[in-house]
Formats: sequence, C-alpha cells, structure tokens
Amino acid sequence: MNFDHTILTLILLTPLVGAIVLALIPEREGAKTHHIGALVITLITLLLTLHLPWHYHYAAEPGSFQYEQNLPWISVPAIRYHLGVDGLSLWLTVLAGFLAPMGVLASWRTITSRTKLFFTLFLLQQVAMLGIFLSLDLFLYYGFWELSLVPLTLLIATFGRTENRRRAAIKFFLYAFIPSAIMLVGLLWLYVRTGTFDFPALQNLAASHSISPNTTALWLCSLSFLVAFAVKCPVFPLHGWLCDTITEAPTALAMVAAGKLGLYSILRFSFGIFPEQSRHIAPLLIALGAIGIVYGSLLALVQTDLKKLASFSLLGHVSFIILGIFTFTVSGVDGGTFQILNESLVGAAFFILLGLLYERYGTYDIRDYGGLAARHPWMVTMFVITALAGIGLPMLSGFVGEFLILSGTMQSIVAHHVVWAVVGTTGVIFSAAYMLWMIQRVFYGSIGHRPDEVHGWDLNAREHVELWAFAGLFLVMGLFSPVWMRAIDTYGTLTADKPTRFEPNTFRHIETETYEPTASRGFVDPTLGAAALGKQAPSANKGARY
Amino acid sequence: MPSNLLALLPEIILTIFGVLVMLAEAMLPPKRSRKPLGWLAIFGAMFAGIAANVQLQHIHAVGVFTGFYGTVQVDTFSIFFHWLIAGIVIVVLLASLDYFEGPVTHAGEYYALALFGATGMMLMTCSVELLMVFIGLEISSISTYILAGFRKGQATASESSLKYFLLGSFATAFFLYGIALCFGATGSTHISTIAARIGTTSAPLLGILAVAMVLIGLGFKVSLAPFHVWTPDVYQGAPSPVVALMSTAPKAAAFAVLLRFLFNGTPALRPHWILLIEILAVLSMTIGNLGALLQQNVKRLLAYSSIAHAGYLLVAFTSFHEDAVSGALFYSVAYAAMNIGALLVLTQISGYEEQATTIDDFTGLALKRPGMSALLGFFLLSLIGIPFTGGFFGKFYAFSAAVHGGHVWLAIVGLANSGVACFYYLRLLAALYSRPLTDSRDYILSPRLTFPVAAALAFAGLATLILGVAPGRVLNMVQHATPGIIAAPAEQPAASSFPATPPATNR
Repeated sequence: MNFDHTILTLILLTPLVGAIVLALIPEREGAKTHHIGALVITLITLLLTLHLPWHYHYAAEPGSFQYEQNLPWISVPAIRYHLGVDGLSLWLTVLAGFLAPMGVLASWRTITSRTKLFFTLFLLQQVAMLGIFLSLDLFLYYGFWELSLVPLTLLIATFGRTENRRRAAIKFFLYAFIPSAIMLVGLLWLYVRTGTFDFPALQNLAASHSISPNTTALWLCSLSFLVAFAVKCPVFPLHGWLCDTITEAPTALAMVAAGKLGLYSILRFSFGIFPEQSRHIAPLLIALGAIGIVYGSLLALVQTDLKKLASFSLLGHVSFIILGIFTFTVSGVDGGTFQILNESLVGAAFFILLGLLYERYGTYDIRDYGGLAARHPWMVTMFVITALAGIGLPMLSGFVGEFLILSGTMQSIVAHHVVWAVVGTTGVIFSAAYMLWMIQRVFYGSIGHRPDEVHGWDLNAREHVELWAFAGLFLVMGLFSPVWMRAIDTYGTLTADKPTRFEPNTFRHIETETYEPTASRGFVDPTLGAAALGKQAPSANKGARY
Repeated sequence: MPSNLLALLPEIILTIFGVLVMLAEAMLPPKRSRKPLGWLAIFGAMFAGIAANVQLQHIHAVGVFTGFYGTVQVDTFSIFFHWLIAGIVIVVLLASLDYFEGPVTHAGEYYALALFGATGMMLMTCSVELLMVFIGLEISSISTYILAGFRKGQATASESSLKYFLLGSFATAFFLYGIALCFGATGSTHISTIAARIGTTSAPLLGILAVAMVLIGLGFKVSLAPFHVWTPDVYQGAPSPVVALMSTAPKAAAFAVLLRFLFNGTPALRPHWILLIEILAVLSMTIGNLGALLQQNVKRLLAYSSIAHAGYLLVAFTSFHEDAVSGALFYSVAYAAMNIGALLVLTQISGYEEQATTIDDFTGLALKRPGMSALLGFFLLSLIGIPFTGGFFGKFYAFSAAVHGGHVWLAIVGLANSGVACFYYLRLLAALYSRPLTDSRDYILSPRLTFPVAAALAFAGLATLILGVAPGRVLNMVQHATPGIIAAPAEQPAASSFPATPPATNR
C-alpha cells in the first residue's frame, strides 16, 4: 500500500503546515479561530497516528522498522531523512497524537490573548515531539530534539504564570541545551568513527562491537548521550529545572514537558547504540531511580502548591520507569515502556484537572481549597480516578506498568535488586499517600476560603469529553493491556537480556544475596515468582506477565 | 579580454561605481534624497557579482589564471568570497537606503565607502602576494574606520572610529611586520614561493615568528581574543547597518587570507601554528561568551557574540583536510546571513537615533512588532545553533572538522561554550516574548517596513533557513572552492562541477 510509505511524513507535515497556516491567519480579539484551527489540525494528526497501530505488522521480525521512509537529505555528511516505527515508538507516536488535541482543549479557556503565538508554537512543539519518536537518523533526531526546546521556552517566557517566568524559561533551556550540546560532540565522534548517522546501521555496528576499539572514548560517548537524556527525563540529581518549568508552564505544555522524550531516547539510543555501556551503568541508574522515587514522593508529600506537588510526583513516576528499564529484564523494559504511556496520560489528566481548578479559583495553593466535593461531584470523581490510575490500582492502567516494573526489578541480576524493588514499592505507597491526602485536603472537609469567595462550576461538556477520554483509556489500558503489549513486547524481548543468560548459577547468586527474602518477596505474585525462580522458557514467562 | 583586466574585474567595477557615487553625491542638490545613489551602489555590487561569474566562466575554459605578474590569482576560492562579499554589501545597502534618509546629509559617502571597502576585501581574497593582501587590507580598513564613525556629532561615534583606527593601524603594522619576517625567512612574499621554501629555510624561528605576526594582524581584523578589545566599543558607536557590514564582510575576507596563508602558504609550519590556533579559538570562544553574559546593551552583546563566533570558525582550522576549509567557508556564509539578519532587525526597530539599545528596551516587543520579533528570534536561534537554521550547520561542519582532525576536546570546549552562549541570546529572546515590564516604550520609530528593508530581511532570513534545511547546494559550492587551498598550489582545482550561478543564499 502506497500510503504506508508516506504516512510518517504526513504525520510530521500536518502539524507543521498547520503551524504555518495558523501563523498566517490574523488574530482577532476574543475569537476562537486559532483554537478551532489547532483542534482540527491536532485531530487530523491523531487520526493519522491511529493508522499506525491499525496496519502494523505485529508478527514482523522484532526490531525491524515499519512504515519506513528513507531518502537522502544531505550528501556530506551522510544525513538521511529516515523515519520508521517499531514496537517501542508505535504507541508513543499515538500518545503524542492523542495528547495534542487534549492540550488544545485544555487551553480553550485559559489562552485568550496572543492565541496565534500560542498555537503556532504549540504545533511546532508537536512536530518536534513526533519527529523525535519517528526519526531513525541520528542527525535528524538531534534536530528535532533541539527543536523541541524552543517552543516550550518561548511559551513559558510568554505565558508563564508568575513574574518568575523569564527565569524559568532560561533555566529550562540551559538545563536541556548544555548537555545536548555535549551530546552533539558524541554524535560527531560516532559519525567520524562509523561514517553513518543511520540508527539501524549503528545498532548493527554496536551489536558486533565494531564502532570503535577505544573503550574509553566509547564510554565517554555513551555518557554524553545518557546525561542529555537523563536531564530531559529527569533522573534524580538532574531535575533542577522540573519544578520551575512545570509551575510556570501552561497546562498544555506541562503535559508534555517531562518524561517521555527523555525516556524514549534512553530506550532507543542509549540501549540501542551502547548496549554494553548501558548495562554496566545500570546499577547506578537503578540506584538513582530508587532514590528519585523516594525523594520525589517525599517532596510531593510536603508541597502546598498543587503544581509543585504534580512536578515532584512526576519525578517519582519517571524515576520508577528508570528503575524498570535499567533492570534489563523483559518485564522491566516492557513495563517501563508501558508505564511511559500510562504516566504521560495520568500526568496529562492530572495537569488538566489542576488547570480546571485554577481556571475556577485562580490559585494552586492547597491551603486555599477545601470541601469542593459537594460542589463539583464530577470533578472529584475524575480526580479520584486519575489518582487511582497513578497509584496503580488493579484494573487501571497504572497497575500493569508498576507490577511489571517491580517484578522486573526482582528478576534482575543487578546487585541488591531486592532492596531496589522494596524501595520501588514504597513509591507506590507514598504516591497513594500524597495523592489521596491532596484529594482529601482539596475536596473534603470544610469549605476553604477561596471557594468561599468564588463560586466555581462543575465540569462543562468540553471538559467532560476531555476527561472521559482519559478515564476510558485508564480502564481500557488496565483491562486490555495486551493490545499495547503486543507491540511493546517485540521491543522488550529484543532489548532485555535473553532469558538464556539466566544460568542457574546466577540465580543461586541472587538467592544467597537477598537481604530480607520473606518480607520483600511478599509483594511478588506467586506465578511470577515461579517464572523468576526457574522457568526460563519465554512462553512461561509471558504467561506470567499478563 | 586581457587576463590582467579580467583578474581584477569585480574590483575595477566596484571602484568605478564608487567613484560614480561620489561624483553624483557632489552634483546632487543638498536637499535631494540620496536613495538613487544607494541604488547605484547596489547595482555596482551586483555587477561585481556578475563579473565574478564571468571569471568563473573563464576558469571553466582555461583553468585557474593569474594576473599582474602572478600577484592576483582567480580560483574558485576567490570567486566564492567575491560572491559572499558582494552579497553582503547588497543586503546591507538595501537595508541602509531608508536608514540614511532624513537626518543624514552625507549619505552618498556612505555608499561610496561601502563599495571601496568591498573592493579592498575582494582584493584580499584573490591576492596570493602578501603585499597585495596588505594593500587590500588597508583599502578595506580605511573605509571601515570612516564608516564606524558615521553618526557624526555623537561622542560614541567618534570614540568608535578613533579606537578602531588606532588599534587597527597598530594591527596592520603587525601584519606588515609578519610579511617582512616572511621575506626574511624565505626571500619572497609570494604565497607559493613561501610554501616551497619555508619548510627548508635556514631560519625556522623567523618563519614561526612571521606566522605569529600575521595571525596577530588578521586576528585583530576578525576580532579574535585577545585582540578583541576594540570590538564592543566600536560596534556600540557605529551605525547598525555598518556593524552588520563590518562584522561580516571584512571578517570573511580576513579569514580567506588566513586560510590561504596557513593552509596554502605555511603548511610546513602547521605543527607550530596549530597550537596558536587552538589557543586563539579557546580564548575567543570563552572570552566572547563570558563577556556577552554581562552585557545589557544589545549591540555590545552581539559584539561579544561575534568574538565567540570567530572562535567557533577558528575551530575548523585545526583539521588539515578539505573538511576544514569547507567548514570554515560554510560557517562564514551562515554567520554572515544570521548576523546581518539580527543587526538589520535591530536597525529597523531602533532606527537612526538608536533609542532601543538595552535588553530591557526590547521587553515585550513581540506584542507590538510580532513579525520583527519573530525574525529576530529566528536569527537568535540560529546564532545559538538550533537545528534547521544555518547556524547549526555552520557549527556542525566546523566542529566535525575538528573532531575529524582529532581535536575532540576542542569540539567539547566549543559546544560547552555554545551552551553558555545560549544563555545571553535567550535573555534577549525571552525578553522579546515576555509581557512588558513597563508600557511606556513606543516602538514606532520606524514603523514603516519599506520594500528594500523587507527584501534585505527576507534575503537574510531565507538564507539562514535554507542553509539550515537544505545546505546541500551551498555545501557543494564550498567544497568546490576548497581544493586549490588545501593541496599544493600546482594542482588544478576541480572547477568543472562548480555551480555556474550563485544560489539565492549567497546574495
């Protein structure tokens, strides 16, 4: 089918052309022209991205790319316009497509002036994000990666909430740009060594250990990549930009600011081009992930500002994913990838809900709220559903990812993996604590003084549509996770360490090393325990996971 | 046509047009608009570009040719720079037409001086005899000394001109001294003779000293640290279009000389001069960027940024490969496009009186002049080096040349520097797009966007965009301009596949 070769370009072109068109339409005071235009464009993009899973060949050889488009762009250096999706990027692309119209809807009321600027930049951000997920040429990817910083920076500088906005914008840009600039050196070094920017080619070279015999240089190169990605995630000590950015960013951008881009890049490029280095550094990243979970959750617990609470909760959740993917077990990588989807959705829904509160009452301070449940029954329902999906209630989407990540951590061959699994589990408890406590303080008890002064309204039709879409997805993703896992697993099984590597000796080693075997094993599902303890056949392993 | 005449055809045309402009200026009544003179100058520069094209046809026919007893050599390299300089002059003059209307009474001089300056710069790029280079350098420098002080009656203008003149003559003295030492070491001031003899000279120290002196002299012209102290003051005092001109064209010409001298003339001393280049590059990048961090005045900020950009360009010099030359050439084109663009937007916003000068003056500009701020934002992003802009590929080629040449650490220093650099560009960019602190400022100084200015801005903007999205054409061109430089002088450059017409990006 001819369409299949151009679909990815169409997905990129639609928002780009849309941005240009919106920039050319004159702006009128109070008119919704640009809102509607942006909504139409993002919906078309969403439909186009839905084409991908629909016609995806799930049975194709794992690791192969589909819907590929590979054209020469620049001859020297050899840069190609190479796009493609595999099991990893398939659903992330759809996710990006889905979040965009939601972002437009979330901005419907809040963005009233300078709409042209806002939606033009918003669509450019969309182009950059989709480009990151779809590019298979390292150079093209880097282009989109850097491009993704610009709209967000400008939008924070323009639409930031407080007087602090200019500082926050610059901080965000510097945090992301400086490591990316260093990454460019790594990229150039790779090119000089191998003569190609093509990701599949580099992956093959990496698999046959023929990138460079110089291990030190290879290490530095892998670190330059990893640090740039880790900042964008963010991983624990590199999260300095997160809080300011999230606090200042308008809802539609807070939804896309953190998490998936960095995590995807780690999964794709760090794991793909530097498999050995990534495995060597995994214990450090797992430790940082575990620290991030506790650190983020504890800080979220003590926040009085809702946006700050959300940003630290984001840090906790992203750290959770880091913990999962760096275990290099099938469940860990699969669960981590699935959790990127879930975390992005939960985060987005949460930011939208906070935005709704802010639209009505004009404050993010928890202390100003209280007793809203009686006034906004629908809203509190949505808050609770979102919170439960985030906490990981069984049957909702969060459970699948969290469970797989924790079981992956238990199966991992990394030293002290049981400790990390236990620490990870505390994250689940903490997130339940701060989310539910937040809901209690905002929605229950006596009426706070802000709702006393202003009378808000419950969800309107637009907000209902928006939030039910999220709630529906939480449920469907929780109940029918194999729909997503089918694609994700082709990536996970390929990337994770092969079960054949689990020699009995290795397992004995793990067994003797555990600290509190009874207490920590308590969490693990018995079927999975069996899989982890001895059944090395992939089929048995799979059965245990779903 | 005699080959002597053909070898200097663009320079001759520019001189004729410059003289015509001066004569016409004297004959025009005092109150009349000086715009026709500007157009005359623009046509002059266009004809010079076409003349370079004629030279190219001749190269296609007979190969590289020389004139005036071998002192002037026309090759694809010199033609590339002729086009670049002609393009810069055309764009800057287009934007100057309205700038010099009204308050200025001597606009004709400006147009003539711009043409004379361009003559000198072009002469620099095609000379293979160091004394000839010196003559070109002096012609271009004297014109720019006068242009720098063009806003007569203002203290900063006089300071700018005087400072530039004093320090500039000092630097040319160094250059001349370098030539003398070269003659002492090799008995010649012709680049190919120097190349043949400098490796076997009985006084190697003399040769090294000569290279150092030439580097100092040219380092001043391209404002490399530590010879940069004049730059911020001169840029601040000079009129904005003049800054656009003098921050790009003379630098391109000086880099052309540097490329010829180092790669073609003294490759035998490469182990010695490479160290100097490294030091100069690191110092320029670091001092330029750190200095820019502290600036409030936008023109001073761009002055420091131009120091840093000269350093980035110099990074490419560390590789002795065609990559290095083509990277440097590409960078000079990209830098010209984006820097001229940024300065022309400043010109358009702050006008002749220069009322908007500090970053705070630009706060909230996007509300009042959305198109202008979007353009300025685009040029700033290109200066930062964001992908899909010319600045990115410029940096990319320059740094990949360094990595190719084994100087990974220099690329790391450079890119870390560009990380620092994005801070001050962003300060301006964020100011443009944040809500205004005070509403008292009016940006109505030059509200009318006239056709020539729009054309100039469109040229700069399109060039920056095309260089960032489809650099293939220009890259092809710079690659064909390199062979004569890097290889032994006897080798024929691959001129046959050189594109016959200059692409739009070069104008």
